[in-house]
Amino acid sequence: MTSAASNLPRNFFSDSGKKTSVLRLFRNHFLTGLCIALSLLTLVPLFSIVFLVIQNGLPLLSENLFTQLPPAPGLDGGGFGNAIMGTLVMVGISLGFSVPLGILAAIFVNEYASGSWLASIVRFVAKLLTGIPSIICGVFAFAAVVMTTHKFSALAGGIALAILILPTILLTAEQALLGVPYAFREASFGVGATPFQTIWRIVLPEAMPAIMTGVMLAVARAAGETAPVLFTALFSQNWIKGIMEPTASLSVLIYNFASLPYAYHIKLAWSASLILVTLVTLSNILAQVIFAPKHH
Amino acid sequence: MACFLASILIITLLAFIIGEILVNAWPAMSKFGLGFISGIQWSPNRGVFGVLPVLIGTAASSFLALLLALPLGLAIAIFLSEDFFPIPVRQVIRFVVETLAAIPSVVYGLWGIFVVIPLVQQYGAVLASKFGFIPFLSGPAYGNSLLTASLVLALMVLPTITAISRSSLVAVPYSLREGSYALGATRWETILRVIIPTAAPGIVASAILGFGRAMGETMAVAMLIGNSQRLSWSLLSPSNTLSALLANQFAEADGIQVSALMYAAGVLVMLTLGVNIAGEAVLRRTKKATAGLG
Repeated sequence: MTSAASNLPRNFFSDSGKKTSVLRLFRNHFLTGLCIALSLLTLVPLFSIVFLVIQNGLPLLSENLFTQLPPAPGLDGGGFGNAIMGTLVMVGISLGFSVPLGILAAIFVNEYASGSWLASIVRFVAKLLTGIPSIICGVFAFAAVVMTTHKFSALAGGIALAILILPTILLTAEQALLGVPYAFREASFGVGATPFQTIWRIVLPEAMPAIMTGVMLAVARAAGETAPVLFTALFSQNWIKGIMEPTASLSVLIYNFASLPYAYHIKLAWSASLILVTLVTLSNILAQVIFAPKHH
Repeated sequence: MACFLASILIITLLAFIIGEILVNAWPAMSKFGLGFISGIQWSPNRGVFGVLPVLIGTAASSFLALLLALPLGLAIAIFLSEDFFPIPVRQVIRFVVETLAAIPSVVYGLWGIFVVIPLVQQYGAVLASKFGFIPFLSGPAYGNSLLTASLVLALMVLPTITAISRSSLVAVPYSLREGSYALGATRWETILRVIIPTAAPGIVASAILGFGRAMGETMAVAMLIGNSQRLSWSLLSPSNTLSALLANQFAEADGIQVSALMYAAGVLVMLTLGVNIAGEAVLRRTKKATAGLG
């Protein structure tokens, strides 16, 4: 770092002395233009994706999509109500596991053991878990749940998603707790509250909006993921009957239907994309707007 | 107490994941040994499993994606950290890049099937006929190819690269910039000779972490890469990656094939963990280094 700063004058004078200022200015403007052009270039694929998802997804959009089952191959009509249900159920299951676990661990890391080696290990492992490919969560749930119960199920899919979002929830909850001013805790201890009372009555309520932001981000992430549920929940043509049954989800429906040779199924895949993208975007906006953290 | 247990559970979770995969991979590991890594055949019907072509496909697609995404991501990071435009305009671009991160992988795959595959098919054929003598561009040109997957992967890792590069550019103390301007440097001389060298470790970390993300990315790749275990030099040929292999074969696998897939999953975990730890280590050193400046 200091080397970059210390050999700076030599670089500067050896070069700038020779070139005319016109050339240097031209290069300056050229690079500015290039940088702006490259930045705007990223707008093209994004607009293309959003435009196509809306254009191809809108025509089929009606209440039938939400209330009917997918059609048999080659037939038209129907929707994917079961897939929407399945996605919601599995996201719910994943939250049921990961929210309590993530928040409890965050409380431990930040309130009970802050600064200890155990806390830094928890944080480090959570960091590593964020880097694990989502399909590995699926492989794990396949080994731990599908192979032991001998059944593809919503439970297995939910557990795979829970592992996927656990680090997100833990790390955002930890940041949320960190955002609560230390004076709040001192005041609580000052009036004679126990550590448990302080955390439960003072710190958690104060941190709740920011924790909810993390939870909504996790919902957005879990709803959009395909790989963890692909071979744990598999897919189903029917309505979900119990959490120990193979279950359809929006994302797997898109994957399965995208490669079918039937025009109607491909249209359904686009409509499912529209609904999925809307769902994910809504959760993201909700995370940022409604539960906006106070102490920033 | 419950908090303590939750923490212990999270620490053991990673070990449990790796352990569960290794236990299930054991039959394949003891049967194929390291020949699994160097084997070039993957045919479940004959019980022969080797992942070399898939490993090469994983490395090649991720590397190519990085090659495309790094200049683009760096340009956006510079755009966001310089004052070419007023803050609202920059915020729009930032929002766009963050939106790219929020689009589900499977939607990228769907879009890739109907937009990128036709494009690659059309221009790939032209490339192959004009430059087919270069091994990387030799024909026949397929739409489902390494190039298609890499193009879409580049879009998908762009947000990671942009976010980390941007924060390391922003962390460069303003006094260095002022010093450079005072010596008569133009804006871009300052960017290229002062700011980027100072932020270089952070940019390297963004590339490493982006590479890690690209290796683990599954659905879009599985839908676009063509899923072929044949070795080929050409970017226009179908290929495969570890994660796409898992996505395509797990649901229908049984017996030793499940074990072989678990072995492949184990290899993928080790590779991504290694890359991510390296990236985090570089990032951590960057933060320490820039903290001492200014």
